[in-house]
Order: sequence, then structure tokens, then C-alpha cells
Amino acid sequence: MKTVNQSIRKKDAMQLVTGQPVYMDDIAPKDCLVVKLLRSPYANAIVKTIQTENAMKLPGMEAIYTWEDIPQDAKRYTQAGQTYPEPSPYDRLLIDRHVRFVGDVVAIVAGQDEKTVDQAMKLIKVEYEVLEPLLDFHVAKDNKILVHPEDNWESLCPVGADNKRNLCAHDESSEGDIEKVFAESDVVIDHVYHTKACQQTMMETFRTFCTMDAYGRLNVVSSTQIVFHCRRIIANALHIPKSMIRVSKPRIGGGFGAKQTSVCEVYPAYVTWMTKKPAKIIFTREESMTASSPRHEMEMHVRLGATKEGIVKGIDLYTLSNTGAYGEHGPTTVGLSGHKSIPLYGKAEAFRFVNDVVYTNIMSAGAYRGYGATQGLFAVESAVNELAAKLHMDPFVLREKNIIHEGDVMPAYYGQVNTSCALDKCLQTVHDMIDWDHKYPVRDMGNGKVRSVGMGMAMQGSGITSVDVGSATLKVNDDGFYTLSIGAADMGTGCDTILAQIAAEVLDCTMEDITVLGADTDSSPYDSGSYASSTTYVTGKAVEKCALQLKEQICKLGAELLGCDVTTVEFDGKNVSTGAKRISLEDIATASMCGHSIALEATVTNTSEISPPPFMVGAAEVEVDLETGETKVIDYVAAVDCGTPINPNLARVQAEGGILQGIGMALSENITYDALGHVAENSLMQYKIPSRMDIGHIRVAFESSYEKEGPFGAKSIGEVVINTPLPAVADAIYNAVGKRFYELPITPEMVAMSDKNV
Amino acid sequence: MVTIREYKKSESLEEAWELNQKKSNRILGGMLWLRQGNNVIQTAIDLSGLGLDTIEETDKEFRIGCMVSLRELEQHAGLTKYTGGAMREALRHIVGVQFRNLATVGGSIFGRFGFSDVLTMFLTMDSYVELYKGGIVSLEEFAKSKPDNDILVRLIVKKEQVHFAYQSVRNTQTDFPVLTCGAAKLADGSYRFAIGARPGRAVLFHGIPENLVTGTNLRGSAEYRKHLADVLVKRTTKLLDEANMTGEER
Amino acid sequence: MQKVNIIIEVNGKKISEAIEPDMTLFDFVRAHGCYSVKCGCETSNCGLCTVFLEDKPVLSCSVLAVRADEKRVTTLEGLQEEAAEFGAFIADQGAEQCGFCNPGLIMNALALFREIEFPTEEEIKEYLSGNLCRCSGYEGQLRGIQDFLSWKKEKGVRA
Repeated sequence: MKTVNQSIRKKDAMQLVTGQPVYMDDIAPKDCLVVKLLRSPYANAIVKTIQTENAMKLPGMEAIYTWEDIPQDAKRYTQAGQTYPEPSPYDRLLIDRHVRFVGDVVAIVAGQDEKTVDQAMKLIKVEYEVLEPLLDFHVAKDNKILVHPEDNWESLCPVGADNKRNLCAHDESSEGDIEKVFAESDVVIDHVYHTKACQQTMMETFRTFCTMDAYGRLNVVSSTQIVFHCRRIIANALHIPKSMIRVSKPRIGGGFGAKQTSVCEVYPAYVTWMTKKPAKIIFTREESMTASSPRHEMEMHVRLGATKEGIVKGIDLYTLSNTGAYGEHGPTTVGLSGHKSIPLYGKAEAFRFVNDVVYTNIMSAGAYRGYGATQGLFAVESAVNELAAKLHMDPFVLREKNIIHEGDVMPAYYGQVNTSCALDKCLQTVHDMIDWDHKYPVRDMGNGKVRSVGMGMAMQGSGITSVDVGSATLKVNDDGFYTLSIGAADMGTGCDTILAQIAAEVLDCTMEDITVLGADTDSSPYDSGSYASSTTYVTGKAVEKCALQLKEQICKLGAELLGCDVTTVEFDGKNVSTGAKRISLEDIATASMCGHSIALEATVTNTSEISPPPFMVGAAEVEVDLETGETKVIDYVAAVDCGTPINPNLARVQAEGGILQGIGMALSENITYDALGHVAENSLMQYKIPSRMDIGHIRVAFESSYEKEGPFGAKSIGEVVINTPLPAVADAIYNAVGKRFYELPITPEMVAMSDKNV
Repeated sequence: MVTIREYKKSESLEEAWELNQKKSNRILGGMLWLRQGNNVIQTAIDLSGLGLDTIEETDKEFRIGCMVSLRELEQHAGLTKYTGGAMREALRHIVGVQFRNLATVGGSIFGRFGFSDVLTMFLTMDSYVELYKGGIVSLEEFAKSKPDNDILVRLIVKKEQVHFAYQSVRNTQTDFPVLTCGAAKLADGSYRFAIGARPGRAVLFHGIPENLVTGTNLRGSAEYRKHLADVLVKRTTKLLDEANMTGEER
Repeated sequence: MQKVNIIIEVNGKKISEAIEPDMTLFDFVRAHGCYSVKCGCETSNCGLCTVFLEDKPVLSCSVLAVRADEKRVTTLEGLQEEAAEFGAFIADQGAEQCGFCNPGLIMNALALFREIEFPTEEEIKEYLSGNLCRCSGYEGQLRGIQDFLSWKKEKGVRA
């Protein structure tokens, strides 16, 4: 292959490393109104009165909107970027009189500059009726405090939601007789695991600018992963027709799922719609940490039954998920905690997976890389590691006995067949690369420090089965260069480049021959957006098919120009030829623009009836200071089966980045609330993502299966990579100190004081 | 973000002092802490034109101007040699090089921040502050006092026959410390320890720390901090004893 | 608010202006077209806003523009050749990813190379520890930096 499976530089790389102005705030009109949000200091309150007159008297103030401007009985909306009808409930108003978490929007404030708006915010007087908040998600279900008591709350899908019970979703699924399996098991592991509402912490915070276009339509330019969903969300929030809205994205400074929720777009959209003036909003880091779309906090009760030979016979999982004040991605994330952890164990005879997703008065959760699988895999993989320890069995050996293989049916994965799988090879590779037999379980370094190892496995999906849609439009321009239009969003993942690589492979051209135009609702073919590990697999396949179709069009016109039958011609990327006669692509392109009516353009839409899982194995070597409890991952080794890596470099950096996010979640990234519902970790000073001094090395290998449904055998990689560090690091710490931790992050204090608490 | 109505680059300490007597006026250090929060400052007083950004070393002492950056302290050959690398160890975890190029020693010490590695390290040494009106005061005393409207002009570190060691524990490498410990072993064999990030201000102990008061915040509990103090005192003592035996700089 | 007259040399060009006393250097350089300079936090933690002030890397978000009066400020706009030369090695790893933290990283890396010609891995990690990145896990950036240093060393030997 010439371009696929090649480590080609990203098409935008040199622009980015030389600091060119390509992000939202670099290109926003200079005369934008500055939009800020006055936020609730209370976790649960009703706005009784709000006085904006004094604030509006400030020179340069443009508008202040409050709940009084927004019909409170109108249809609600969700900010979740999902295919319609969204599983996430319609539980929001643009501005709600009832504020439901500390940071909920009380007023939209717009003025000529930041200083004016800041001053105006101080002058707005709000009187609240403060209500008792519901902060503990353990007691949320059927609590007397209702987070959404309103009657215009609406659930569009049968996800088991009931606002009168604080339920955002409820689901049950099972196969076989789980209780019988436990009764017959030699060993049952039974624990509750807890993960926090970690933040994606992309370096570019949420931001959007809006203008009115030449046709009187609202033009929204946003740092978003989901331009098409965003258009619907804005239409729903503002109650205006979708035809009046255009959404496009510039370069995005990271997303990781955060920008799969339209956290900020509706506010400047409303200001521009009302004032007809350009407006922009840029979330502060504090807003991005306190009023955004973090991971769902989950508590998972795992029961796992096995034989004394180490065969996992059954897994029972109950997940309680905390969606916070609003239900974005609540019903869907929770499913992955079971459906993307339990299927790894191919010998199990039964499973049961029950879940509740509850509302509380804290910040709404959203989509974060891994999307529930991360939480579930921490629980299930930790339980399996504990099983291995209990049986005095090497965790690799135990995995080898249990894993699913290619061709197996996965009952807990909606009965899908495992169409491509190199999990066995991943196990072997990681085992050898980290020198497991030499390092497992622990080595005393003789200086108060020990080095230990731990491992974990993971899977994810590749797009949402029979839901996600990816499309591509390819056209030939003069001189014979191509334009590839996509609705998927490159957020640093490199999909513009990867998709061009796929097109170049089919069209037999160079990367320079293809320009990529990304994500504009007016001009891109429809795409659900870049999330759910869908872009390479779903949109990539659309590109492959589209390029094949365009090739046919080129041949058709080439044949016409050569005066022969289309069945006799061939296109080699440069010329269409038949026998000794040939015509160049350049001449065909020129001809297409003069006196011919064959379109050198094709659009193909793709969806997939399966979601082939990528697989991964990871192992951590940690150094633990037994006295201080300081723990550092000095080496992390992982092997990924993402099918064919379209661009091995970009796949590798995805893996490395995801792994460090997982390590952060395991060791330092915490979210805590005080008794009134304020987040303590509200800045990069308090929420500690790893710095480069916090990690030794990360080494990634690829063990590629070949997925026939994917483009050139590819599956996804973006999400699976975050999952293994949680159980691997936790088990390494167990091997170091002999105590298991069931809650993340595992801080130095927990490690150092573990023997003292016993 | 802080609001500053007027900016005054002072031409003399007297002028700066007079301006600083007004409650709404503030002296600028590195601006790293001052910029945070929504304070309104009438006049921001800048001392950066007064030549207070030098480190002078003599046989007897170091004289360190209040506007010297943490990065300059960290890279100063004389201080590195005198502290056996402890000064560098105390500073290298603080956020990053760009931060330490801005943060001033005067701002760090005057702020008497609980989390301060800088205060811990200077307390470990025989340090004094020179206040514009208050004269020369031992750092130990200054560290206990409440911030007032005087100006910290420079720090003076008197040289001793001594070995230093510095250790801290952090949840992540560039985070605030959970506990800091500076240790000194004097020529007569006695020890001196400064323990900071308790999370309260660093305190100095002449001899092995006793009755250390610790508290709880986001980064650790009082109990864990007590435990860490024991560990770090033990470890720094061991380092110092080894240094004494080998005559090595630590 | 009393405006202050300043003259700041940005990328070799002197800019004379009356500014508000609490304007940050970050806002000043962006207002003068230096869009490479980014902001990722309000707490001086992320390193995205790194510029050189008199050749020293500083956080422009934490410097009052008035304090840069009569001083030289350099942003990536003023170092395009060096940025492209070094940045190509980051690009060859794919480690620029979303790109948002890149200008700050590249500024500080260039500062490192000026201070230590051939830094060790530990020196690289420590010097750049104030440059946060959420995409890369830092490993690809480290490979890019080390490849650049090897290339530089080889070039030096050849020259």
C-alpha cells in the first residue's frame, strides 16, 4: 500500500507547529460582542427576582437575557450530540428559572468587551429561593428531592427514564442463570468500585462565535466535534428552524468527547439571533472545570464467579451512574460499562448487567473518551486481577485461559460475532515487552522503594451499530486535484489526514493531490460527527467507497473522450487508458468543465451493522515509595489491535495520549464536592493532569487483525486506549503494597496510610 | 482577574513605601498570585526599577534583592554550592521554568504562603529579611508575623558551617507540596528543620521537630502530613549524616 | 483608569501605545497579531502563553504589559524559521496533534536549546514540565525533541 499504513505527517502539521491563526478565537471577528454567563452559586434554587437595570446602564452593554426572556413551558432540549431521537432526555431550557447545580446559567450577558461584561455581572442582583440540594447519588433514586420535577421534561427513547424518580435511565440485560453459576463457582469475587467525574481537560476550552450571514441566517463557528448535531441542538434551544442555522468548525484544540456536547454554543447563538450582531463566548478554565461535560461518576458492583482453574464462569454487574443535573449521555454511557467489559471473557456461561442512571444537583456529565467502558473495565479487570491473586495465578495466564477469540459470539455485546481479534497476540506482546516474568509481581529496589507491575485488558467499539452515519464527497478540480469534503471533525486526531490517506490509496494519487474540507453543515455531506470511535471506521469506509465511485466517473468521462466503451478503460491515478490510447486526469478534469455533462464528483454515505471492537492489553510498571506513598508509572507497555493502523504514527500518539489520561485518572485526577455542591478541583492548579515529570515512558506496539468491514482492514483506536491503565496501575500498586484500592484516584496518602488504616 | 487602576514604577523605596501605606495599593511581586481573584488595586507599585534584582555573595553572607526571580535563585552557582543543591531541589518543582522566571523571592517570602517551598528553604538557612522601615528581622520571626504595609527589600542569608538537605512530597511533580522539609546540620552536630505545607506556613525547629501542628486540605490529611514529617525528617537527617561523614555537598 | 504610555519591541518591531495598567502581555501581543500565543488556564499552570521577555521564557498571561515597557518580546511569529525547523520533528511524530499547546511548547523548547545545547532526557522533562499537553502523553514530543537534537548534533559534526 502506498499511502495507507504509512506514517504521513498531518496535513495541518506545519501550520500548527508554527502557530498559525487557525482556531476559533484567532479567526473570530474583532467586533464580536463578548458573551458571558452569570451562574448560580446554589446547587438547587429558584430564581425569584433578577434585576438587570443597573448592569444595562453601563456604557457598552448590549443585552442581558434571563429566564423571563425564555418561555418556561416550551419544549426542552438536550445538549448531547447524539443521533435523533436522542437517548438523552430533553431536560434543559436555554435559561431555566430553576437552577440545578452550582454553575447553572442564570443570565446571558453580552457587551462590547470583557471588562464591561465582567462589571455588569457584578451589578446584576439576583434573589434566590434556595432549595435543599440532592448531592449524594447513592440516595438519588426515589428521593423526595426531585432534580427535574417539571412536567415538560421529556424522554424521547425507551431508556427507562422517569423524572419523578430522579431516573435518567434504567436497563437490565442478561443471559444464562447467573445465580446458578455463582452457586457452582469455586471462587466469587464481590466488590464495589468507584470512579470519579474526571475532566477531559482539552487545552482549548469550550468556545464559539456567531455572526449573521448574507441570507439572514445564523452562522455558528464552534470548537465542536459534532456540527450537524449542534445545528439541531441550537434549533431546539432557540426554537428556530434548522434551515436558519449553519455550523462549522475551525481547528479544534482538543476534544476527547467534551465537545460532543454543545456546552457553550447556544448562548452566543441566542445573542446573535436576538441582536443580529457578532458574538463570541470563551469559557474560562474554571467554567470548563465546573460547568461542562465530564465523565460520569460511576459505582460498579461486580460479582465474578470462577473455577479454581481460573475459568471465569459468570459476571454480574450493577452500575450506578451519576449524570448530575442534566442527562447528557447518561442513558448511553452506562451501557458501555457492562457491554464493553463483560464480553472480554469468552468462557462465561452467564452474565447479568443492571444499571441505574440518576440525577443529582451537581454539574452534568457528558462524553469522555472511553464513554463508560473506562469505568466498567476498571471494575471488571480489577476483579479479574483479584481473582488471579486469589488463585495464585499469573494474571496473563488467567487471561489466556479466558479471552474471546476471533469468530466467537459475544452475548454481552448484543450477540455480535467477534469478526477481527488479535487479543491473544496483544497479551503475548505486552508480556514480553515489559519483561513480565522478571518483574512480576514486585521487586525491592533496596532504597525504600519497590517496583511492581500490573496489567489490564480493554475493548471498545467502532462506531454505534446501525446508527452512526459517515459520508464523503470527492470531486475532481482543474489540474486533476481532488477535494474531499467530510462532516467528521478533526480535533487533533488527524482524521483529515487519515481520510485523505484512504482516498489517496484508492485514487492512486499523492497526499498533496487531495485537499480536505472539514465539517460545515452547509457544505459537508452528513456525518454524525467525530465520536464513538467512528471516524476511521465509519467515515473512512465512506471515503473508500466514494473514491471507488469517483474512479468510475473519471473512467466514464475518460472513455467518452477516448471514444471507447467504459468497460475497456483503466484508471491508474494519472491516465485513463484503453490499449495504447490514453488521456490524462488533467485533461479529463479540464474537459469536465467545458462541454461535458458527466459529474466528476461522488458522494457516498456509509453505516455499519456491526461495531467491531478494537482490543488492547496494557501493563504498568510502577515505582512506589513505601513510606511516602508516592507512585510513579516508570514504564507503560501496551499492545493495540485497531485493525490496520491507517497512519501508524497518528495511531501511536493516540495510544500514548490516551494511556497518560488513564494514568492521570488512576493516580491524580480527582473531583470532590463540598457539602453545598461546589467543585474543589476548579482549575489546572487544583485538578492535576499529569505533567511530563509524572511519567517515565509509554511504549506502544500494534498487533493488527484485519477487519473486513473497515477501510483497508481498519477498526477504531481513539477511545480504547484510555481504558487499560486504571486496572493495570491499581493492580501494580496492590503488588507493591499488598492492599487493594477500589476507588480512584489512588493518591500517595492512600498508599502510604494503607497499612495504618487496617 | 485583578483590576489595576494605576501603575507606578517607583523611583525610590521611600516613594513606594508611602504609596503602600494606602490599603487599596499593592506592591507587585511576580504577579502570579496577585492576578488571581477579583481584587481591585488602586495603585500597583512596581519595584523593578530599583536595582533589587541582584544576588550578592560575600564571605559572610548572601544579599538577595526582593525582585530576584526563583529561577535566578535556582541557577545561582554560589547558592547551589552553599546549599549543596538543596536550593535547586526546593525550587525545581514549582510549576515550570516560565513561572519561576517571573515569581520573585520577595513576593514568595512576603506572602508567607503555607505551601511555600521558598519559605521552607530560607527558614532552613540562617536568614533575615531587610524591611524598609522595620530593619533587619530574622526570617523565623518574620514568618510568624502578619503581613503589614512595610516593604521587604532583600533577604540576607548568613553563611555558616553547615550542610543542607531538602525534600518534599507532592501528589504530582509540579503540584503544590503535601509537605516540605528543609534540614540543616551545623558544625556542632546539631540540626535545624523547617517544615512547610503543613498546610500552614512553614515553621522552624531547632532540633528534631516536636509537636508539629498539621492540618487537612485537598492534598492530604493532618495525619498523613504528620507521618510524612517523620519520614522526611528521618530521610534528610540520614542524608546530612552521610554528607558529614563523606564531606560531600548535598 | 489611567492609561500608561509604553513602547514594547515585539518581534523586532517597536510598538508605542497607551494601555490600561492591568492589560496583560498576553492580551497585548494578541492585540498586535501574535495569534500563536494561546491561553489554557487562568492560574499560570499550563504554559500555553509562553513568550520570551528579554529572551527569557515567561508566562505572558502573568506579566503586566506595562512591565514590558522598553523591553523586547518575542513570540513564535518572530521565530518562524526556528519553529519550522524544530517543529518538523514534532510533526514527524504526529505529536503536534490538536496543536493548541504547540506554540508554547516550541517557545520553551527553543529556550531550553539556547540554555543547554544538548539536554538530557531528564533536563528536557524538567525544563518543559510547565508546558501541559493533554493529547500526546508527552512521549511523541520527547521523541521529536530527541530526534531534533540528534539531527542537530549530526549537522554540527558535518559542518
